[in-house]
Amino acid sequence: MNLMALDPMALIVSVFMFAQAGGGADTNTAASSQTLVLIASLYVFALAAFLGYQLISRVPPLLHTPLMSATNAISGISLIGSLVIAGSKHQGDHALLASVLGCAAVTSAMINVTGGFLITDRMLKMFHKKEPVKVAENKVEGKQ
Amino acid sequence: MNLTYLIEGIYLVASILFILGLKGLSHPDTARRGMIQAACGMGAAIVGTLFRPEILHGNYLWIVIGLVVGSAIGIPISRVPMTAMPQRTALSHAFGALAASLVGIAEYIIHRPEITSRQPGHGNVENGALALEVMLGSLTVTGSLIAAAKLQELMRGTPIMFKGQQALNLVLFVTMVGSFVLWMIHPASSVYFYTMAGCAFAFGVMLVIPIGAADMPVVMSLLNSYAGLSSAATGFVLHNNVLIIAGTLDGFSGFILSILMCRAMNRSITNVLFGGFGAVTGTDTGSTEGTMREVTLDDVAVQLAYASSVVIVPGYGMATAQAQHAARELGNVLEERGISVKYAIHPVAGRMPGHMNVLLAEANVPYSSLYEMEQINPEMPTVDVAVVVGANDVVNPDARDNPKSPIAGMPIIEVDRAKSVVVLKRGKGKGFSGLENPLFFKPVTGMLYGDAKSTLTALAQAVQKV
Repeated sequence: MNLMALDPMALIVSVFMFAQAGGGADTNTAASSQTLVLIASLYVFALAAFLGYQLISRVPPLLHTPLMSATNAISGISLIGSLVIAGSKHQGDHALLASVLGCAAVTSAMINVTGGFLITDRMLKMFHKKEPVKVAENKVEGKQ
Repeated sequence: MNLTYLIEGIYLVASILFILGLKGLSHPDTARRGMIQAACGMGAAIVGTLFRPEILHGNYLWIVIGLVVGSAIGIPISRVPMTAMPQRTALSHAFGALAASLVGIAEYIIHRPEITSRQPGHGNVENGALALEVMLGSLTVTGSLIAAAKLQELMRGTPIMFKGQQALNLVLFVTMVGSFVLWMIHPASSVYFYTMAGCAFAFGVMLVIPIGAADMPVVMSLLNSYAGLSSAATGFVLHNNVLIIAGTLDGFSGFILSILMCRAMNRSITNVLFGGFGAVTGTDTGSTEGTMREVTLDDVAVQLAYASSVVIVPGYGMATAQAQHAARELGNVLEERGISVKYAIHPVAGRMPGHMNVLLAEANVPYSSLYEMEQINPEMPTVDVAVVVGANDVVNPDARDNPKSPIAGMPIIEVDRAKSVVVLKRGKGKGFSGLENPLFFKPVTGMLYGDAKSTLTALAQAVQKV
């Protein structure tokens, strides 16, 4: 398993993350700094896409269902965008509407975060190697 | 300002933990640890976000409501039985996409004055990302809800087709994309924005209703990909890298899975989406001469008891009959007699990628006994008995032998090459796709009718008595 090949990738991504963190400190000042931020974001996107391809191709079909629920849980990170909208003070006519939409977004993202991680763990717990001594437990769970 | 850097640092750590988490999934032994790492990353990112200046100066009321309600729904949802995994996953695509699309709409409402007063040509990319986020998010929400309804059998699983459907789809699609473009040109006109969102909601419904339940693995993966990409677009709108990274990982995971699923059916994505596959009514059933040979339970029990290697091939029928524990029971009884038992799993067996693996793992089958199609096919000629449990198209030899068959070219588990085959089937009806399966008419095949669960349990008992 050639897992070592992945580590330089993570490193490159992190370098660009730093670049972005520095560039992101002073948004809304000049158009040129906005462009820089954008370019950095595109780099991050392209590298994440490539890294994603490398990582996901290594996941065996055995774990495709947990993979799907895991990536779902991870993309619940949109929660952090929702949190800012739900928690910020808004001005104008639609301030309440914005907060309510934010609250609904927090709710649905949180469903994915809690539900996603818990069910992934529940599934992964079930995958086990062959036990040396076979136990013929006729445990037919009468679940639904 | 220092706090901002600290939070950015936390986001960086979270991104790395997510990547490590997915890396862990490359092997079942490391998978759980990986997921715990990813969950820690998520926890850190959430806590860090709560200290952002916008929120410190705002209030926590809406946040607390959202977090509490979300957990109150999310935790029970994680306890569903494993047979309901496809529905649950479809629902979670809907929630993920809903979050992204609501964030997009809220962003538009909040920043409308700013967007309106921008000089022409500025902020195009942000606007584009915002529109893309809302469009992809909205169509994924309704599409996933329809998929979940089909999987939960709240809606019939067969494709829903009507006259003028293609024309209606085209109109919806053109209006959606047209509004997108018009809004990009006139960001102040919210009517375009909301028309686009409305069309996207409707288009999501239209996209999934003509797709048969047997094609769900592809649709699930595709919706997964859209939900991820809309999260990534959120990252572009908010200039947030951890969102871009997590969204892209999710998007690409779905994308790769949909390619794998399509390859496992030898079809293109456009064919799945616009082909209305399940509507095929068995027009090409040339090679079905011969009769089906019905066998009795005791015959099969004797056959199994004196075999030296047995392969069990599960399909969606095993999930509907909840027969995974009974299959394991039979496997156990056979293994106690020293018979080698392997489970052969086709990539598109079931309703989502990896569906059968999870069900069998739930029934305590060790993953070392689960074999992929490519691993098991070369061994088939040496297998004494292949037991097909509720699978149909994935073992249909027509896919290999009959170039005119609608599933021609689809790789199959070649059970017909085994020394003998036993097909467990509910009744004499055709499979989900409505295709005739020549396997059932082959001389090596014996048909054993009845409910898969009780048949398997009875078989296990009968084998013990032999």
